Amino acid sequence: MTTLILAEHDNAHLKPSTLHTIAAAAKLGAPVAVLVAGQNCAAVAAEAAAVTGIAEVLHADNAAYANFLAENVAALVAKLAPSYAHILAPATSFGKNILPRAAGLCDCAVVSDIIAIEGTDTFVRPIYAGNAIATVKSTDKIKFITVRSTAFDAATATGGNAAVKAVDGAGDAGLSAFVGAELSKSERPELTAARIVVSGGRGVGSGENFKMVIEPLADKLGAAVGASRAAVDAGYVPNDYQVGQTGKVVAPDLYIAAGISGAIQHLAGMKGSKVIVAINKDPDAPIFAVADYGIVGDLFDVVPALTSKL
Amino acid sequence: MKILVTVKRVIDYNVKIRIKADGSGVETQNVKMSMNPFDEIAVEEAVRLKEKGIASEVVAVTFGPTQAQETLRTAMAMGVDRAIYIAVEGEIQSLGVARALKKIIDKEQPGLVIMGKQAIDNDSSQTGPILAAMLGWPQGTFASKVDIAGDKAHVTREIDGGLETVALKLPAVVTTDLRLNEPRYASLPNIMKAKKKPLETMTLAELDVDVTPTLQVLKVEPPPVRKGGIKVPDVDTLIDKLKNEAKVI
Repeated sequence: MTTLILAEHDNAHLKPSTLHTIAAAAKLGAPVAVLVAGQNCAAVAAEAAAVTGIAEVLHADNAAYANFLAENVAALVAKLAPSYAHILAPATSFGKNILPRAAGLCDCAVVSDIIAIEGTDTFVRPIYAGNAIATVKSTDKIKFITVRSTAFDAATATGGNAAVKAVDGAGDAGLSAFVGAELSKSERPELTAARIVVSGGRGVGSGENFKMVIEPLADKLGAAVGASRAAVDAGYVPNDYQVGQTGKVVAPDLYIAAGISGAIQHLAGMKGSKVIVAINKDPDAPIFAVADYGIVGDLFDVVPALTSKL
Repeated sequence: MKILVTVKRVIDYNVKIRIKADGSGVETQNVKMSMNPFDEIAVEEAVRLKEKGIASEVVAVTFGPTQAQETLRTAMAMGVDRAIYIAVEGEIQSLGVARALKKIIDKEQPGLVIMGKQAIDNDSSQTGPILAAMLGWPQGTFASKVDIAGDKAHVTREIDGGLETVALKLPAVVTTDLRLNEPRYASLPNIMKAKKKPLETMTLAELDVDVTPTLQVLKVEPPPVRKGGIKVPDVDTLIDKLKNEAKVI
């Protein structure tokens, strides 16, 4: 039986998280179909059709799907669900909003945030902020799964030539409406897809200092900017910068943590990084226990020196 | 309007967890337990809505062993009016909880359900939307702001790109994110008062729902250990290491 993927996109392009989810789905060994639900999103459907290894693209174009309201999109997924054995979505704020609702409509649970696939019904997922790894077997009639992007490679965006089929659901469920969004605008790479991430914590002290100390280093390295929960709670940076158990999970080649002590909730979001650098004035900060390279010192001396010498 | 909040007793967020030697799970005996932090935020939001005169009554619900009733007392000390305790021996998972909650909600008829966006034990982040689906209600997940006006809830949601606001037709399910509010500490007089508030006990048999887990845990293991590295004396050494040893810049 075919695997269905709920594509994350912005009505113009597929998000990288979708490519990682497609690669995860390929490990199930069944043909892979991709559902592109949105408004005026034919270009996204075409992009999905070009991804290597896709058997079919289902394209649902309707104003009700324009802003990916869970009430409307989940109903569409649930309508299509009986024809599939597995339904996957990225474990992002998009997938974690819509997929459990679709599962609920089918009286099924979700296997959340998987990091490995051991069989068609057996999956590996972190629990307790990644301090334990559980292998679970699902007995649900349809397996609804959200996929941690950093745990799977991205599928190749080109080389495929899948057929695109139009589908539609009930459209607007009449339960909810999109009011507006305040999206962070940035020329920097997206946090979860960046090769290098520079993060600041409470030690940065203010939003002003983030701009004057952390961001110049990020820009020098072509890096994304992240933050600990403490820095977000203190209002130094917006919520979408947060890396950790309840924020974003990142696994860049290089993660630089400045003024971050290393609470387990933060480590949960970045300890999969290839190389970790910690800059902290407290030599006993827990962040040093996971860092490949640590500098004990004042971040206001070390970070600008790093920026100027690179 | 009546508000229903759900709370879960979990290992305290400050505790370093221990995995059982036989790999069957995480040790919860003789470990400090607390209310799931996101549920504290849910309780706080419900109590604030009552203080603003928007809610008339706040009811808390939990599932679990006998000790889970302590979590309900904590919720009542924060300002919840009454509590419903569903006794559960053994494991109950998100799907079973959602099915059971639906039965309770059918009877209680709240205008709003507020839940934590995830419990910090299983990190599944799914009970809220599953329940909303079963009820046929709209959902406002990962909420950082909730405004109730007439028969609508305007919910600002924390999403990957920033913030998004949706208008939901009540009744609705809202799940809380970190920035929604800062939960209060219960005062001693309120802790004493909470002991006298009504706490109703129910069984799963009375609710007549199937809560058989559909996710069977085969094993639980520690994560791969990340070896600590070295401390370098200065920025020049760091740059040299990153360029020539790690080769990441």
